[in-house]
Amino acid sequence: MTGAYGPRPRKEDARFIRGQGTFVDDIAVPGMLHGAILRSPLAHARIVSLDVTAALAHPAVVAVLTGDDLAERGMAWMPTVFGDVQAVLATDKVRFQGQEVAFVVATDRYTARDALELIAVDYEPLPPLIDALTALDPGAPVVREDLPGGNRIFDWSAGDKAATDAAFAAADVVVGCDMIYPRSHPAPLETCGAIAEYEAVGGRLTLTVTSQAPHAHRTMYAAITGLPEHKIRIVSPDLGGGFGAKVPVYPGYLCAIAASMATGRPVKWVEDRSENLMSTTFARDYHMHGEIAATADGEILALRARVLADHGAFNAAAQPSKFPAGFFHIFTGSYQTRAAYCEVTGVFTNKAPGGVAYSCSFRITEAVYLVERLTDMLARELGMDPAELRMRNLLRPEQFPYTTPAGWEYDSGDYPRALRLALDMAGYDELRREQAERRARGEYMGIGLSFFTEGVGAGPRSQMDILGLAMSDGADLRVHPTGKAVLAISVQTQGQGHETTFAQLVANELGISPDDVDVVHGDTDRTPFGLGTYGSRSTPVSGAAAVVAATRVRDRARVVAAAMLEVAADDLEWLDGKWRVRGDPDLGFGIAEIARAAHSTLELPAGVEGHLDASAVYNPPNLTFPFGAYICVTDVDPGTGEVRVRRFIAVDDCGVRINPMIVEGQVHRGLADGIGIALMQSIVFDETGNCLSGSLMDYLLPTSLECPSPELGETVTPSPHHPVGAKGIGESATVGSPAAVVNSVVDALAPFGVVHADMPLTPGNVWRAIQGRPVRTDLSLG
Amino acid sequence: MKITVTVNGTDYSRVVEPRLLLIHFLRDELRLTGSHWGCDTSNCGACVVWLDETPVKSCTVLAVMADGRRVTTIEGLPRNGALDPVQEAFAACHGLQCGFCTPGMIMTARWLLDQNPDPSTEEIREAISGQVCRCTGYENIVRSVRWAAKHDGRAGDRAGGDGA
Repeated sequence: MTGAYGPRPRKEDARFIRGQGTFVDDIAVPGMLHGAILRSPLAHARIVSLDVTAALAHPAVVAVLTGDDLAERGMAWMPTVFGDVQAVLATDKVRFQGQEVAFVVATDRYTARDALELIAVDYEPLPPLIDALTALDPGAPVVREDLPGGNRIFDWSAGDKAATDAAFAAADVVVGCDMIYPRSHPAPLETCGAIAEYEAVGGRLTLTVTSQAPHAHRTMYAAITGLPEHKIRIVSPDLGGGFGAKVPVYPGYLCAIAASMATGRPVKWVEDRSENLMSTTFARDYHMHGEIAATADGEILALRARVLADHGAFNAAAQPSKFPAGFFHIFTGSYQTRAAYCEVTGVFTNKAPGGVAYSCSFRITEAVYLVERLTDMLARELGMDPAELRMRNLLRPEQFPYTTPAGWEYDSGDYPRALRLALDMAGYDELRREQAERRARGEYMGIGLSFFTEGVGAGPRSQMDILGLAMSDGADLRVHPTGKAVLAISVQTQGQGHETTFAQLVANELGISPDDVDVVHGDTDRTPFGLGTYGSRSTPVSGAAAVVAATRVRDRARVVAAAMLEVAADDLEWLDGKWRVRGDPDLGFGIAEIARAAHSTLELPAGVEGHLDASAVYNPPNLTFPFGAYICVTDVDPGTGEVRVRRFIAVDDCGVRINPMIVEGQVHRGLADGIGIALMQSIVFDETGNCLSGSLMDYLLPTSLECPSPELGETVTPSPHHPVGAKGIGESATVGSPAAVVNSVVDALAPFGVVHADMPLTPGNVWRAIQGRPVRTDLSLG
Repeated sequence: MKITVTVNGTDYSRVVEPRLLLIHFLRDELRLTGSHWGCDTSNCGACVVWLDETPVKSCTVLAVMADGRRVTTIEGLPRNGALDPVQEAFAACHGLQCGFCTPGMIMTARWLLDQNPDPSTEEIREAISGQVCRCTGYENIVRSVRWAAKHDGRAGDRAGGDGA
């Protein structure tokens, strides 16, 4: 390994700082039309009639598509990423406010919007199902008559129920709580959009689209449109954030495709912010009951959880198909437990579809929140310090690889070291002293801990797939005659810096500069197949593929170098970025010299091909399990309920860090997510299903005034099975930080007897908690 | 309506609808796509440009309101081909990830440094508090502006400039 890792300015920044990024809406294609979607104002209603005559008569309107028009093309419904179906344009009834009803295509974006007003829809309102807790009640409105199961989507469980019940029965202490992980939205700054270009003569479709998973999307579009897959090209240009929101296929994309087929012209569709918040994938929405059992001296014995999962009107959760509750059953967290059992029931409601998004690592954030809240409650019940309780129960380094009660095999970890570092960085004992002094003065300061274990890098092909596609990723590496390399990858950056990190991965294996490696991504015609970027899987899966490809190139280079030096390949060793003759290290060649020779007339041994290229498809043997210890210090004003985050200490262990600057940036982002999710971001509905969070005036994102300067620490415990020991980092802080914030606020409110308060901890919700009058935070029930 | 707007030092005359937003005038009419649209409600600031010398959210300014005035966008920030120190700073300090908020952040940061060549962390946070970044948690944006303040040879020389 030759030192290409380390902090390094990003290659992609040159265009972004000049305003020369290329986002979907930056692209204009000659002859392009603009589409706009008519959406349902009601959460649940039958469509009695739909009249587009006046819209079609508008001189600048080129086409109007309805569900019936799409039905003629077999495109009125599409498969979701979780194997359900979703209406592209409603044909029978609307099932959530904001659902797609008609698509107008006009010569400019303003006119397309104008013409929406000319469409007349007669709705027969139906009783809406808004509160997930009532979804399975007899007589509840049925969201999906097209399915046999009523509003129940699935019942799923993991762990050993009998052993868990026995452990609870024998425990000295049992603490339990109902808690809501509210519906949230990833809200990337760039909304979703697409430009569809269907070329009828060649039968080719090019879709330029906000996609985190271009190859998986191509396969889905082939299934939906009936076009052969080799005639479909998906281009995902620069993405203005994604965070999981750009994994699913959305109706707007299909509308643009159908409209391009219908008009023979390119069609652009870009959603506005309200459409983004109201219709594209939400996150979380878990109603959880958790219990923890322990001995009187604080040994955790068992965990139990019962969850009601609100999936909205269609089951579009983007997660591996064998895991309807994602990886929630990692909910024993970082602790030794003898037994654990969880059961999850998924239900339909009259809300937008989704559920798995927003850097959640397939529901691990819900699991971490549950176990970390319960751990704090247990500490309170036992009168123990929460740091001491955690330290007592954390897994020990010598226990790895560790198999959890629900069946996960954690690859590596040194948890006590990470927690000790976080406590030292925080000055924990001093903070507790300060807290006591402030409490004596009537000031409410909170200190909240969370310790999380993530599982990222899905995943092993025997266990993990999406729509039957195994979650492997490919990498193609070509070294040109001058030693400059191009790496094509199947994953797609949304800001994570793949062009830089992947160049470093390859450069490190080949002994060349990262400047000499270009990374190609986001174009299915130019990159190998793979499942895309989400669940922090780029480095664990595609990064591994890149390293394997680079290793293959290096192995081929060895044979070429042997021919150049007229020695046996076995006589060469890779040292300081060159293949050198053993015992005579001055005699050797680097990749650039070998590449020239590999493309030259040099005679190669029989069976050895020229050039210097290699491909790889990586099938991860297991997930990687990053972990971390977080401490959040807050100050709460009991008069207003306002929470100020004073400090955030975050120790992360993501194994080997390829570009520590980028890693830290990922952590910064996730900590801001945690503050936003815990304190302000939630998608709220009224009792008729109106989305009350449909703009950034109502769906509050944290600004520079809410986010503190984070204090970051690191430990490095390499993954034993990843080729370079790396683990994913993209979601760790989003997964780990909400629990630290809530634990901190609840800690601050301890003098009021508050043991739990549901997110978002807005001033109003905090104030109600102080008054002992908490309310449902996910609904506004007037 | 016919309007003439001086954008990055060049005069552009166009006939536009009175309702056309400045952000769409810049992006769709002039094809200056560095400034982005991110919300509808003046919350996110991805669309920040300068109207004369003042940062504005161009999703909340009508193109006709810019008639006869000067607009400066991210594309107009480099001078004589050289990047503004603020642009260099964002790359040097990892002040961006997806890059979508970056042009607006850079325009506000440049304005701040023109007003206040040595802003404190609190002043920087206040200045960008009307703009949203979903990637950085703002920390590295603050560091970028501090870096730019240290490396800024241009502070003060923009007042009354042509914005080109």
